[in-house]
Amino acid sequence: MGLIHSYKLNGYNIVLDVASGSVHAVDEVAYDVINAYENSSREEIVQYITNKHGVSEQDVLECLDDVEELKAQGVLFSEDKFRPDVDLLSKRSTVIKAMCLHVAHTCNLNCEYCFAAQGKYHGERALMSFEVGKRALDFLIENSGTRHNLEVDFFGGEPLMNFDVVKRLVEYARSIEEEHGKHFRFTLTTNGMLIDDDVIDFANREMDNVVLSLDGRKEVNDRFRNTIGGQGSFDVIVPKFQKLVKARGGKNYYMRGTFTHFNPDFTEDIQTMLDLGFDELSMEPVVCPPTDKYALTEEDKQVLYGQYEKLANMMIARRKEGKPFTFYHYMLNLDGGPCIYKRISGCGSGTEYLAVTPTGELYPCHQFVGNKDYLMGDVWKGVVRDDIRDKFKRCNAYSRKECADCWARLYCSGGCAANAYNSTGDVNGTYTYGCDLFKKRIECAIMLKVDEAQLDL
Amino acid sequence: MKRIVTLNTRNLSESKKNGGCGECQTSCQSACKTSCGVANQKCEKAAK
Repeated sequence: MGLIHSYKLNGYNIVLDVASGSVHAVDEVAYDVINAYENSSREEIVQYITNKHGVSEQDVLECLDDVEELKAQGVLFSEDKFRPDVDLLSKRSTVIKAMCLHVAHTCNLNCEYCFAAQGKYHGERALMSFEVGKRALDFLIENSGTRHNLEVDFFGGEPLMNFDVVKRLVEYARSIEEEHGKHFRFTLTTNGMLIDDDVIDFANREMDNVVLSLDGRKEVNDRFRNTIGGQGSFDVIVPKFQKLVKARGGKNYYMRGTFTHFNPDFTEDIQTMLDLGFDELSMEPVVCPPTDKYALTEEDKQVLYGQYEKLANMMIARRKEGKPFTFYHYMLNLDGGPCIYKRISGCGSGTEYLAVTPTGELYPCHQFVGNKDYLMGDVWKGVVRDDIRDKFKRCNAYSRKECADCWARLYCSGGCAANAYNSTGDVNGTYTYGCDLFKKRIECAIMLKVDEAQLDL
Repeated sequence: MKRIVTLNTRNLSESKKNGGCGECQTSCQSACKTSCGVANQKCEKAAK
């Protein structure tokens, strides 16, 4: 098993110690020493490095001593000792702490690429009633154990098509959170069509996070993000998003776009978002069957690798100009990030995180909604399919054989179960295309951290 | 060390001893909804 991952990017030599999570920025000599370390003797390394780099024997020996010191500290070539805990993890009792509340299975846009099939999730159009939503919130509290922070995402379809219920549910949640010792954190994911002053005021007061869907350039956005009548949404939503973000007063938001085979040059779309004044951004690869005409191809992948590097450089340049922006997948929290348990167990779908449909059905996550094989129960009876929950408990960074030797396993926790299911038919499968992009993103994200540290090597 | 600079990172092995409280955000509850990434999240143990 590879204990380290080393790579060169943007002029930096980077060594990641997989199990400890330590990141080392090294010079050319140390890079070669570290890469030779596991399979060569000290004498062989000294000979190889002195010949290659023209440095002294003493110099190489010092570097080797440093490597050994780091190894002794457990931050280089550290052994992965987590695996024995995974069985325990899969038998753990879990509480529910997050919910994706599908308040509207209907939409006022008709985006062809939507995994939710234009908001209907392959079912009937429906709006969640206040009573169902209220029961869902009660269910969440009842099943959250001692967990203090509870997250609820108003999702759809388009949740603002049921805005009155959203408001009433937030009001209800606020009225009961204190007596139960809980704190609700709300997110609203919206296509923007129905944003008005009332929505802005409410969202900026009550929503911890707002996710605003825009694909970037007008022609890119309007290729898919159209009304039922075929009108592009760009001109309608952009001024609304700008007004909302301006009024948000620094509270968290994300502008989230999707890129497809038709715009693998997605940094142009990022640039458009920046030009429009947005600076908390996310662009996601489309999720769809490979037979769809907009599906990303193997050829696209090479383009995307270059785009991710270009994006990292855009961020460095903007940071230097005093105009930084964030990109969701490049946000790494190296020193205050998640513990090993979180890194192994991942997103919590089907266990700590459930999706609730307008009629109160429970699914492992929003991407499984409508797939009756994964219907777990409802908000009145609770989870009745323990077998499904147990299957998801077993989904983790060590449950897939492909992950055993992957350096990125503790960054993705084995990947998205829905992506795995959609591409292989098994929640414990591997969506390799997604893995390849993910690894590239993490390499870029770590490189950005190294750049940020302004090291003198 | 002359040739190696180590960034300040949380040691995952160490986090085995004091981690697992579960107060952190659920990954998908933010911007992605179509992939899984956990390393950007903040540990919220102290905030409980």
